[in-house]
Amino acid sequence: MQDFKPGSVHFNGVVKKYGAVTALTKLDLSIEPGKLVTLLGPSGCGKTTTLRLIAGLESATHGSIHIGGEDVTHLSATYRKVSMVFQSYALFPHMSVIENVAYGLTVKSIPKKEAHEKAEDGLKMVGLEGFGQRLPSELSGGQQQRVAVARAIVLEPDVLLLDEPLSNLDAKLRRHVREEIRQIQQNLGLTAVYVTHDQEEAMAVSDRIIVMRNAEIAQEGTPSDLYQRPNSSFIADFIGDANLIDCEVTSTKDKRSKIDVNGQELTVNNIAAVSGNAKLVLRPHQVILSNSGTAKGFKGNITYAAYLGNQIQYTIESDLGHLFATSITYDAPLSVGDNVKISFDTTQVSLVSD
Amino acid sequence: MKRTANLWLIIAIIGFCLLPWHVVEDGFWSFSWVTNIGYVESSSALILMLVYGKFWFWPTALAFAFVATCLATVSNPVTRAKMIASSALFGLVCTAFQGLVIVRDGPRFFTDILNFTSINEGQIGFGAGAMVTLVALLFILTTGVSAMGKGRGDAFVIGLIGLIIALVGVFVFFPVAHILIRAFENKDGTYSLIHFIPRLFSSDIWGLGCFAGGTCGPAINSVILATMTGAGTTTLGLAFALIFTRTQFFAKPLLRVLTVIPIITPPFVIGLALILLFGRTGAVTQLFADMFGIEKSRWIYGFSGVYLAQMLSFTPIAFLVLIGVVEGVSPSMEEASQTLDADRWQTFRYVSLPLMRPGLANAFLLGFIESLADFGNPLILGGNTNYLSTDIFFAIVGSVADPAKAAILAISLLMLTLGAFLVQRRWVGTKSYATVTGKADSGQHAALSPAVKAACYATALPWAIFTAIVYIMIFYGSLVKLWGYDNSFTFDHYLQAFSIDFSNGIRWTGSAWDSYFTTLTIATISAPLTAIVGLSTAYLLIRQNFAGKSAFEFSTMLSFAIPGTVIGVSYVMAFNFPPIELTGTSIILIIVFVFRNMPVGVRGGIAAMSQLDKSLDEASITCGANSFTTLRRVIAPLLGPAMIAALTYSFVRAVTSVSAVIFLVSARHNMATSFIVGRVEHGEFGIAIAYSAVLILTMLTIIILLQLAVGKRQLRRTDRVEQSA
Ligand SMILES: Nc1ncnc2c1ncn2[C@@H]1O[C@H](COP(=O)(O)OP(=O)(O)O)[C@@H](O)[C@H]1O
Ligand SMILES: [Mg+2]
Repeated sequence: MQDFKPGSVHFNGVVKKYGAVTALTKLDLSIEPGKLVTLLGPSGCGKTTTLRLIAGLESATHGSIHIGGEDVTHLSATYRKVSMVFQSYALFPHMSVIENVAYGLTVKSIPKKEAHEKAEDGLKMVGLEGFGQRLPSELSGGQQQRVAVARAIVLEPDVLLLDEPLSNLDAKLRRHVREEIRQIQQNLGLTAVYVTHDQEEAMAVSDRIIVMRNAEIAQEGTPSDLYQRPNSSFIADFIGDANLIDCEVTSTKDKRSKIDVNGQELTVNNIAAVSGNAKLVLRPHQVILSNSGTAKGFKGNITYAAYLGNQIQYTIESDLGHLFATSITYDAPLSVGDNVKISFDTTQVSLVSD
Repeated sequence: MKRTANLWLIIAIIGFCLLPWHVVEDGFWSFSWVTNIGYVESSSALILMLVYGKFWFWPTALAFAFVATCLATVSNPVTRAKMIASSALFGLVCTAFQGLVIVRDGPRFFTDILNFTSINEGQIGFGAGAMVTLVALLFILTTGVSAMGKGRGDAFVIGLIGLIIALVGVFVFFPVAHILIRAFENKDGTYSLIHFIPRLFSSDIWGLGCFAGGTCGPAINSVILATMTGAGTTTLGLAFALIFTRTQFFAKPLLRVLTVIPIITPPFVIGLALILLFGRTGAVTQLFADMFGIEKSRWIYGFSGVYLAQMLSFTPIAFLVLIGVVEGVSPSMEEASQTLDADRWQTFRYVSLPLMRPGLANAFLLGFIESLADFGNPLILGGNTNYLSTDIFFAIVGSVADPAKAAILAISLLMLTLGAFLVQRRWVGTKSYATVTGKADSGQHAALSPAVKAACYATALPWAIFTAIVYIMIFYGSLVKLWGYDNSFTFDHYLQAFSIDFSNGIRWTGSAWDSYFTTLTIATISAPLTAIVGLSTAYLLIRQNFAGKSAFEFSTMLSFAIPGTVIGVSYVMAFNFPPIELTGTSIILIIVFVFRNMPVGVRGGIAAMSQLDKSLDEASITCGANSFTTLRRVIAPLLGPAMIAALTYSFVRAVTSVSAVIFLVSARHNMATSFIVGRVEHGEFGIAIAYSAVLILTMLTIIILLQLAVGKRQLRRTDRVEQSA
């Protein structure tokens, strides 16, 4: 079971309780070395707790934790070869940038000169050469963020942990910095565990995503696995928006099922082999709206329309219930109050259990 | 972990085998024990055990053997840790136990079972060897506990927790326990529970005679006084706080001065100044006698005098507390009230005041506790009325020393202060509506309604002027030959106390120099220790989670509720005998200051540390620094200003406190305050006042110097932190 390569992380039945609050219920987890794995989930689901358990900042109530095959369950954070980038960056305000980056090296009694040379290399890696003498307060948010990354990677950790590293940056910068982080991680071949609540960010940087919900793992897999083959309505909704439409599976053959939606029979993909009452996952961009009276499909009425430049968003009251749809057709924009027909490509949609 | 445990084991063995186990007469640093190697008094425990047949050292030696064997043979780390911890605990308990029960003099226990000649001979107090051994065993224990995986396996943190628990145990709980034991003692030296209860609740202490024209017991007097002082100081403090925060009063900086005054004034100095004003020969008394023919009386010596002095002494403390409370009321709530068409009076009455209620209760209880614990003013102005704090003192130093009575009185006082302290923590401390979030609330505080404003000015301003007069009297009085009789100007008092003879090199000929230097030295030594103990405790409370944390917090704050007199008595009772003999030394003075002022350091540290983001420590830890390095390189530099504040405060408190000190000073180590009280008792007011003035000036200088240093640092730190956030 154990993977002895440095940088692998294994959780074995880990439980974490804060008094009466259970932050993690019996978590089993394994992370392969050299991969960037994201913990994704709504706020309060236990992502930070998981990360802090890897770092050794919390101790597990039950279960064991192995890093690189070694049992570290009782090892204090100081002695784990793990570094962390904090949500608030946590740069030491009384030290210059170079002192911050060299801090982890100097506490290991590496001579100051050598430590500063290494720290200089670290700064170069994040594109902050020559900023060494400044104080953290003299840098922009994005630069501070990169200093925090540099401080973590100069220690050449077995595992790099990042807790919502982009949440304090503005939207434009976020894309840029996440690409940088991903590149550094790949260049150094680091194992990284990345926490975020933003599914788009998770899809963009990860080799693998672990989606958490209510102190448990809801589903894990590659970004495309999760998007195309959600195993629950929660995942379907959380990874990319989805309209979840009640339906009933009447028969299944070769991963294709006949279903009954609002009295109509359709044939759709059923990879998860769901039966009985189910939900049809209809992504907003998959909804095809037509206002020509002759079109076939479910009936609906536009109740809200928003023009966003690259797309138009519609809210529709329909036979299928409340629907959310996006459209990139501007030639014939629909307006509120329009009656429409709703259809979709049945080879593209999938089913999840109720 | 193995290395650390090995190291402490070696230290323990050194303490056991090489250092003199018991106190050495000329002091450890004289090294006379090296040359007197053959004598029992300067032998190590090993020699005592092997040569002199002191068999009670065997368990300690056995504990070492256990620890060494575990370290060498057991390979499973968790099992090894458990075994080491339990062996060390065994050694610790056995060593402490033999020290407590096998004593040459002082209270003895288990005399029936422990009745051998060698035991009856007893032993003198613990010395260097015992101390080193006990500390080392303690750290072996904590290292073991941390290796068991407790406290995230952090040996430094567990060690620190262990050390602070041990210190508080030995220097707070142990002495207080002694009072309890003494209180159970009968006249004939036996102990019984039956006599204790009636003595504790006897009418000598709790008598209510004064409500029927007679006299009350000291406990009732103290409670009445404390209730009135609490109510009075809270009212005045609120008036000052409202003026300070809600009006455009022109002399606000002067009001600020009021907040520093109580910290730097020795408590009895106010009493002295009041005598100069209202005593039989006092200025005001004479004025009234001359102008209106009012008979000169001694009314100031009694309840009214003490009350007046306490009001003057403690109003500034209430003011300090209530500034925070008044500012803590969120302006947006007041604005909300005003947008709902409430006028200023209604807003004050129905929004602001209810929001301040917990804060007001808090200020009241603080005043209540301060008044109960106050010793200086009742001592000087008490007259024929008895109060608990002074009665304790007279029971110890009076013509008939009666330690049992002192113990009973001390317990009564302790019950009252602890009761108030518990009420404060349980109901008031937690129920705070103050909305200080660290986020700037951009609203404006509502201005006071005209009626409230007038009431505030009418109470506070005369009082402020009165306070100013009192302080002027202190300086004026020190320059007058014999107050009330010979009002000619003189520097004699200062010369008598502080003259220096330069004829033959420098000779400090003034009578006060000795105590002045002792005071400064002891305050200088105890201040950094207090700051370190206080801030370390704050660090544990804010940054670490461990089982029993709230009990730990409570016990560290407890000494705040133990009045100085009670501490003084308990130290005399506990540290006059083996195993810890400290009375008459300067060490006991240092220790008493450290543990009396510790809660202040803890509070300051908690306040400062809660503003430092916890992720700073965690970032340091995940960078591979241990907790000690983190404390030293990250937290301590950022806590600079809080440290200096704690330092200043504990320094000044050490200089001004009198209640505990007066029991513990000795001819060799006299302190300024007890010197001054001595002069007052001899009627030498001039010198007493001159010396007080010098003390106030000394401390003012020190505070101003430190404030300047802090002020600059603080600015720089906050803007660094703010910008990087
Ligand atoms: N120190 C703590 N004490 C008590 N409860 C905590 C503590 N830290 C986290 N929790 C609780 O544990 C749960 C998971 O928290 P966390 O791991 O921080 O979630 P997130 O996924 O948002 O990072 C939450 O319900 C939170 O309230
Ligand atoms: Mg989180």
